[in-house]
Amino acid sequence: MSAKTPEIVIRAEGLVKKFKDFRAVDGLDLTIERGMIYGFLGPNGCGKTTAMRMLTGLLTPTEGSVEVLGLSVPKDAETLKYKIGYMTQTFSLYGDLTVLENLNFMSKIYGLPGAKRKQRVAEVMDRYSLTDLKDRFAGKMSGGQRQRLALATAVLHEPDLLFLDEPTSAVDPESRRHFWEQLFDLVDGGTSIVVTTHFMDEAERCHKIAILEAGKKRADGSPKDLMKAMGAHVVEIEGPTLRDIRRHLLGMDGIMAAAQLGARLRVLVKDEVPDPVGFLKEKPETNGATLIEQVRPNLEDVFVTATGEGRQ
Amino acid sequence: MRSLSRIAAIFSKELAQLRRDRMTFGMVIMIPLIQLILFGYAINTNIRDIPVAVVDHSQTGLSRTLIQMVEATRVVKVTERLSSVQEAEDAIKSARVRAAFILPDDLAQRIARSPAVGLGTPASTDEETSRPVAQWVVDGSDTMIAGAIKALRSMPLSELFRQPPNRSTPTFEVALFFNPEQRTAINIVPGLVGIILTMTMIMFTSSAIVRESERGNMEMLINTPVRSMELMIGKIIPYIFIGLLQMAIILGLGHVLFNVPFGDRLFDLFIGTLLFIGASLSLGLVLSTIAKNQLQSMQMTVFVLLPSILLSGFMFPYEGMPVIAQYIAEVFPATHYMRMVRGFVLRDATLADLHYDVLWMCGFFVLGLLVAALRFKKRLD
Repeated sequence: MSAKTPEIVIRAEGLVKKFKDFRAVDGLDLTIERGMIYGFLGPNGCGKTTAMRMLTGLLTPTEGSVEVLGLSVPKDAETLKYKIGYMTQTFSLYGDLTVLENLNFMSKIYGLPGAKRKQRVAEVMDRYSLTDLKDRFAGKMSGGQRQRLALATAVLHEPDLLFLDEPTSAVDPESRRHFWEQLFDLVDGGTSIVVTTHFMDEAERCHKIAILEAGKKRADGSPKDLMKAMGAHVVEIEGPTLRDIRRHLLGMDGIMAAAQLGARLRVLVKDEVPDPVGFLKEKPETNGATLIEQVRPNLEDVFVTATGEGRQ
Repeated sequence: MRSLSRIAAIFSKELAQLRRDRMTFGMVIMIPLIQLILFGYAINTNIRDIPVAVVDHSQTGLSRTLIQMVEATRVVKVTERLSSVQEAEDAIKSARVRAAFILPDDLAQRIARSPAVGLGTPASTDEETSRPVAQWVVDGSDTMIAGAIKALRSMPLSELFRQPPNRSTPTFEVALFFNPEQRTAINIVPGLVGIILTMTMIMFTSSAIVRESERGNMEMLINTPVRSMELMIGKIIPYIFIGLLQMAIILGLGHVLFNVPFGDRLFDLFIGTLLFIGASLSLGLVLSTIAKNQLQSMQMTVFVLLPSILLSGFMFPYEGMPVIAQYIAEVFPATHYMRMVRGFVLRDATLADLHYDVLWMCGFFVLGLLVAALRFKKRLD
């Protein structure tokens, strides 16, 4: 680690959002540094979107304090809006306007001065391959094209910080991969990005993630560190009667979770078991298994150990 | 500067969306066109040709002449001849006729003694002589029809004896200004501007904000630096032009088809209409910040539209309403516009003559815009 302390773009302390009696976000602390992609990983309804909305000033926190880019939110939310970009979960540009009209509209809303505006619109159209689509109605475009347009409008005013709410839930894997390349280009240009997702592969691309469940942060750190500090061994079992093995293993002492992946059963064995492979081999239930081996953990394992049934 | 360019951006966006919404764009022209032609011809407060039944017990030349005379007023039209009062009552009950004209068998004697014939004046105290000639049985549930037939009550009968018609001097002389021919269209057409503008202006803007939310655009808009006042103003400007266009269609066509004058106060008319459009639009915006979806905004539009039609003085005289209803009517911009537009077009009034309505409309516009802008939160909670 270098001597220079990284600059903090988002700092949230004790963030709580109550909707009547339901605590959508429940005591969230966040510190997000400049120049990275920070992911909120969690199932639907875990409070990802609510948390993000509080960070941008769309929702007022019931408790806690938020500081984004040095501005206190929601007090200075309007000033903040010039400095941040936001991509909503569902496509929210005008379907009955063309690509160019949408971009022109947003560039004027952000108050870009005349000459600069034309240049920026041309720039983003070029960068996100929208030039050929500029007269196409946004409502008539494919998911991937819409997503490129949404990203293009979100970065029109060159924000320091970009919020993306489940940006790739409506696009194909090819577009998704391409989209993430573009995000890394933005980070390279000095933008910080906060993204919510429920896709493991997407979360794995983030510099740092926070795993959320029921409004609480269960774990945070880089995906690699999280995998290291997971507190469980991952063992894969191959064999003919995987469904039976799984049923027997679940609920057994020392077993955190078991899930089938095609022809393999992925079992999470607690850290305190010193020899997980031997431990499993001794069990009579695994008699039919043809192969039992320890493998590298992935982010899904981290997610499972940190949340729901795996957490104790 | 940024503010102006943002308002311009919202304005041109609204215009582009409106241009592409062919149906809405068509309605902008068709609503005033069709409704003007329909109502201009249809609404008539001069009641004519009410269907009536005749029960003639006397069956004389005199009775037939009397019936012809009554028909000649053109207020009623004899559609049935019945033989008994009972039959006439049934005809009224089944709504085949609205009234029955019952001529008694002693008609000749009654007419001879009637003062309406003008054969000298018998002593009014004499009960025998002051009996009416015949009877009208009227379906009185509709007060306008009842009123029209009641007006026949003291119809002169001198013509029966080929005497010159009523030469008597009226008690009062009535000079009818502004609409001497008593044509209903003169009053209806300018009023129609107010009704149609109330309908289209409030309808357009009451769904303006809601539509953005329903289509999901709002979540993006509130994440931008746009201010609520800029959004409100940018959204109403296109409709100001539409409102002026609709006024031009109604008054222009009203002039061609119904010979309704423009009046000499075109400038006053322009300013007055502008104020009314502004007031209606800002009311629509307020509704738009209350409604959660477009259906609700439509319901609220109707909620405002009905009293605007019924209480504003468009259909029934404002002065005839109870005082409380008058206070309620004062709240609606349409009531004030009704006075203004008829004033400018028919009575040659000026803005200064109607300063109370002008001021009220200004106040309503500013207050409405303010309330809408304050109510519109760039927050989701």
